Order: sequence, then structure tokens, then C-alpha cells
Amino acid sequence: MQFGPLYVSDTEGYDVEKRPGIFSGKIGVAFLAPALVFVAIFLILPFFWIFYLSFTNRTLTGITAAHPEFVGLANYERLFDTDRWMRLGEFGNALWITARFVLGSAILGQAVVGLTIAWFFYRRKGFLRELVFTTAVLAWIIPEVVVAFAWSAFLDVDRGTLNTILAALGLGKPDWLFDHPLLSIIIFNTWRGSAFSILLFSSALETIPPSYVETADVVGASGWRKFRDIFFPLMRGHILTDLILITLWTFNVFTPFLLTGGGPRFKTELVSIYTYRTAFKFFEFGKGSAIAVVMMLINLTLAMGYLIMLRRQKVAS
Amino acid sequence: MAKILLEHVTKRFGELIAVNDVTLEVHDGEFVALLGPSGCGKTTTLRLIAGLEVPNAGRIQIGEREVTHLPPRERDVAMVFQDYALYPHMTLLDNIGYPLKVRGVGRREMVGRVTEVAQKLQIGDLLQRRPAQVSGGQQQRASVARALVHQAQVFLFDEPLSNLDAKLRLEARAFLKHLQREVGVTAVYVTHDQAEAMALADRIVVMNYGKIMQIGDPLQVYSRPANTFVASFMGNPPMNLLPCRVDLAAGKIIFDDDYMLDIAAHRERWSAAISNGPQFTLGIRPEHISISPTQLPGTIPSQVYAVQPLGGEWLVVTQVGRELVSVRLFQDEAPPLAETVWLRFDLARTFLYGSDGELLQ
Ligand SMILES: Nc1ncnc2c1ncn2[C@@H]1O[C@H](COP(=O)(O)OP(=O)(O)O)[C@@H](O)[C@H]1O
Ligand SMILES: [Mg+2]
Repeated sequence: MQFGPLYVSDTEGYDVEKRPGIFSGKIGVAFLAPALVFVAIFLILPFFWIFYLSFTNRTLTGITAAHPEFVGLANYERLFDTDRWMRLGEFGNALWITARFVLGSAILGQAVVGLTIAWFFYRRKGFLRELVFTTAVLAWIIPEVVVAFAWSAFLDVDRGTLNTILAALGLGKPDWLFDHPLLSIIIFNTWRGSAFSILLFSSALETIPPSYVETADVVGASGWRKFRDIFFPLMRGHILTDLILITLWTFNVFTPFLLTGGGPRFKTELVSIYTYRTAFKFFEFGKGSAIAVVMMLINLTLAMGYLIMLRRQKVAS
Repeated sequence: MAKILLEHVTKRFGELIAVNDVTLEVHDGEFVALLGPSGCGKTTTLRLIAGLEVPNAGRIQIGEREVTHLPPRERDVAMVFQDYALYPHMTLLDNIGYPLKVRGVGRREMVGRVTEVAQKLQIGDLLQRRPAQVSGGQQQRASVARALVHQAQVFLFDEPLSNLDAKLRLEARAFLKHLQREVGVTAVYVTHDQAEAMALADRIVVMNYGKIMQIGDPLQVYSRPANTFVASFMGNPPMNLLPCRVDLAAGKIIFDDDYMLDIAAHRERWSAAISNGPQFTLGIRPEHISISPTQLPGTIPSQVYAVQPLGGEWLVVTQVGRELVSVRLFQDEAPPLAETVWLRFDLARTFLYGSDGELLQ
């Protein structure tokens, strides 16, 4: 595929295809060096460091802080200890909560909400569209602390906005963060992150020529039929991209901690929160690193699966 | 099949009046071309018939049914879009069969009917391919096939040939004409190409700025343009349009103060027109002017401005005062540039247009 003239084309007799890219010469390396050093120090080194730590019993204080010992797979065995790992506050429990959180807030939440809103406003203009899109984008870009504070206020049992409304309607005053903690953070995260899916799906819809839809209109296809036969197949790549990205983001998200602190009784302890608690509350760096490595592997698997699917999708179309 | 009726149909987009008080009847089985420059409202008119736009005023009828406010699916029309609108993820078979699928026709029957239509359009052995795997001409046929397959009452074509190269376009033109005669459907065909409209249509509707400028069969529209717009739009090269004065008493047409044509012999024909005011436009087609190297009675002098070979004939553009006059010259040789030549106008085949641009006489 060609994207316009990247090179000046008046180089007569010069094979532009073989012309080296600007970053392949020695000067290029010099230009890239600062960035590469940065990446090495802040991304690659920590990765190997954590990988190494996960095989030790290093802690923050005590004798193992200064003289960590090599413990082999002990940290991993503790994580996957089948007798305990599904108990409250253990790794399996955190994984299971995370799985439900991802399913609920990323796939059923953000993706479905995003698709629905994008579809609803397809080729529509006006105040309502602007309102919905602006709100969604604001929810997405406002700093997490602010957002968490706003939601705490919104969900507060006695004086929260939501319960004030519900009470006025005679629907009682449920203690959201206490009685429905997982549901609360799922709804919160759906609200927080839908903008990405809305924008992605809207722009995907924009790329579909109007004549495709109008052809279907003229032959009498229903809305659902148009979605199934035309929009969905043409948006498959975008949907795939959206799903994987929001899955990865949601998998690693930490913001719910600011709302629930992982509680009550570990009911909202996502893996990210579990890692935090292990590494920075109990200061078990070895075990914390092991969790980080496992999370990294899960992320890697998801990303690989995504890349493979995307490639297949490209080949098919 | 059915007739189409538009009565005082107007469509606005904000301030812009895309279709302005259009009244038009397309007879049952007739092939009508909407012709006009880009932006004149052809597509909008077609979309109004299809139900993809709703008019601000007026009514639309298909067959005996009023359809002004019916959605597209209830109008029983088939439309071929300029970009063909073939679905890239479906094979030609599924593309062509899509209207049948939507109408709940079983797969078996669908395949049968698609194959039949596709064979007629000579794309029968391409049905398993996707649109990207066939040529532009074949895509065009596939989109026509999709329109044909569900036997709608009315066919709407929006510049279906404009994305083809010149040779394919001529082929497709012949093929469409043949098809239309064979199938005999009511069709409205939008184009900005006057030659295409002339070649295909039973009647041509010339539009400009959302208004109908003239309706007539191709020869009528060509040989008797109702106004200067149609005159300048039909024919390649189009008609010469020369601002002029008429001095009936002296029996002369005067352009540019210095150039006179003797119309004494045609005085009667033009006497009625004169009362319409002093400013006129004289229209004459390039093929109705002859060139002479020497001065003869009744000729006016001009300089050769440009010469274009058309293969077997020439298009000679000459300068008469400040005006350029095109002449089609059926000779082996053309006069050299800047040479003075004398033009003889075939006065019986001229048209006189008033200051409002409307044909007089
Ligand atoms: N959906 C629309 N919104 C606003 N203006 C439009 C729309 N569709 C067409 N127009 C305008 O209406 C005029 C007629 O358009 P169209 O019917 O497409 O012209 P044509 O097909 O003859 O080129 C143009 O000026 C065009 O810009
Ligand atoms: Mg158009």
C-alpha cells in the first residue's frame, strides 16, 4: 500500500525502494540512543529485575532485605497453592474477580455500550450527540483521583446523589459500595472507559460508505439485519482491536482501589490491587514480583492472541 | 413496472434549494435521463424517488400509489449507486442475491435466480469472487444484476458508468441500452454526460440549479434547445452563443458593433422576437457554419484562433471581434493559425434567445 510520496521522487535512477530509512544509518542510531536508553532503564531493566526477584524471598525489611535468598519456584507455588488460592484475599480469588470485572465492565460494559451509542448516533447530528460524546470523553480524561472522589460522593449511602434520587422515588437507600461492591466498580469502570469504544466505533462507522447502508435500505433490510450483514462484518477489525485494548486496560486498572480499597472483605480485590497489597503493604517483593510476572504473561498471551486474530482477519479480507 | 410522477417537488438543505419545484412524469417502461452539471440536483431527485430523501413540498407517485412519505423499502425500487455499493466482504453471488435474502427467498432459489441474471450479464462464472477480485466493468454489471434480480417496479441509476474508463463506458452503454429494451423497465438514469444521455434515453430532462430546463426526446433537446443553458450543455462542442443586437429595419444582426449578418430573407421569422428587447443571444451549432478562404457575400471575417483535429474532421475555433466561434470543418485540411477566414452562418438553423435566455420564435 502506498501512502503518498514519502520520498522526493526526482532522484532519477535511484531505487527509492532500497533507499535506507532515516533511522538505519549511524546518525539514526545516535538520534535514537536517548530513547533507547530510556526504554532500557525504565522498561527492560525493571522487567528482568522483577523476573529475578520473583525467584527470591526478598522483602523490604528484615534479614531478607539485605540478603535475599534464591527460593526457586516457591513464590509461584504459593500463588497457585490449590488448597488456598480461591480463598478471600488470595491470588485465585483476585483472578476470578478480575475476570468478572473485565467481562462485566470491558466486554459487556464498554464495548457493548460503545457500540450501542455509536450505532445510535450513526449519521445523526445535534445537541444530544454532542452531550453524550462530550460527557463520555470527560469521564475518560478527568484524573482518576477526581473521578474516584466524584463517584464516592455520588454513591454515598446517606448523602449521595444517587441515593437522594432513589429515595425521592421511594426506592430506598442501598449501600452501593458495601452491598454491591463488584457491580459498583463494574458500572464505574464502564462509565469511566466507554469513550474509547464510542469514539473507535463511531469512526469505524464513518468509514462505511453511505451507499452500502442505502442499498440495504432500498431493498428493505431491517436495522438488525443491516447490523449483522453489513456493519458488523465491516467493523470486525475495529471490534477486535477495541476488545483487546479495553481488556488489557481493564485487566491492569487500579482506579477501583480508590473507591473500595479492594473491599469489603476482598470482594473487589482485583489482581492489580492484590499485587499492590502483597508488594507494598506486606512488602513481600519476591511474591509481588511473581504476581507481576504472571500478570505480564497473561497480558502477553492476550496480546499475542489478538495479533494472531488480527492477522487472520487481514488475510480473510 | 410502473410510471413515476413528481408534482412540484422541492427539496431544501438548509438555505440551499437542491430540487426546485420539479414536475415530471416518467411513463411506464420509459427510460428517462436526468442530465445536468454537477450539483444541479440530479442525485437528490433520484434519492427523492427512492425515498432516501423526503421532499419539503410536493408529492411523488409510483404506479398508482402515492409514496411521498413512504420509506424506501415500501416503494419497490431498485437503485444502482455511483460507487456500485457492492459489499466487499460478500461474494458476487451473495451481493447480487442480497435483495432476495432480505425478502426471505430460500438459498436454493436465490442461487438459481442470481445465476440466471448473472449469466445474462456475462458474469456467471465470477459469482464466487469478491468485488475486489473482479474488474470495474464486472463490478458495474454485478451492481446492475443486484438491481435486476428482485424485479422492482422502477430502476434508478446514479451515474453508473462514471467510474469506468472510456472504452468500458461505451461497452457498458451499449449493454445498458440493450438490457433496457429487452427488460423494458421504467428507469431514471442520472448522468452529467450529455452523450450518454442522448445515447441511452427515451427522453432527457435537463436540469440546472435544481430546476428543470427542458424535457424532450434526445433529438428535440439537441436540435431545439429551449434556452441558452441547454444550448450550451448539449453537444460536443456545444452550440456557439453570441451576444448580438437585431436591427430589423435594416435586416441585420449585429455583433460587436462591427460584424453584421444579413437577415433580410428571414425577417419574417424574427420580426416577432424583436419586441422582446434589444439584447439577444444568437445560437448556432459548429456544424452549421462553413468556412471560406475568400470573402463571399453574406460572410463575416474572423481569425483562426485554434485548430483541433478530431479525426476526419476539424474543430476550428475562430475569433470574431471579442467572441470565439467554433466551427466544425469536414475537410482534409484546416486553415493555418491566425489566418483570416470568412464564416457563413446557416441562418435557417440559428436560434435567437432573449435576454432571459429563453428561446424566441
Ligand atoms: N445531504 C445533503 N446535505 C446538504 N447539501 C446537500 C446534500 N445532498 C446534496 N446537497 C447539495 O445539493 C445540491 C445538489 O446535489 P446533488 O443532487 O447531489 O447534485 P448532482 O447529483 O446533480 O451533482 C448540491 O449543491 C449539493 O451540495
Ligand atoms: Mg450526483
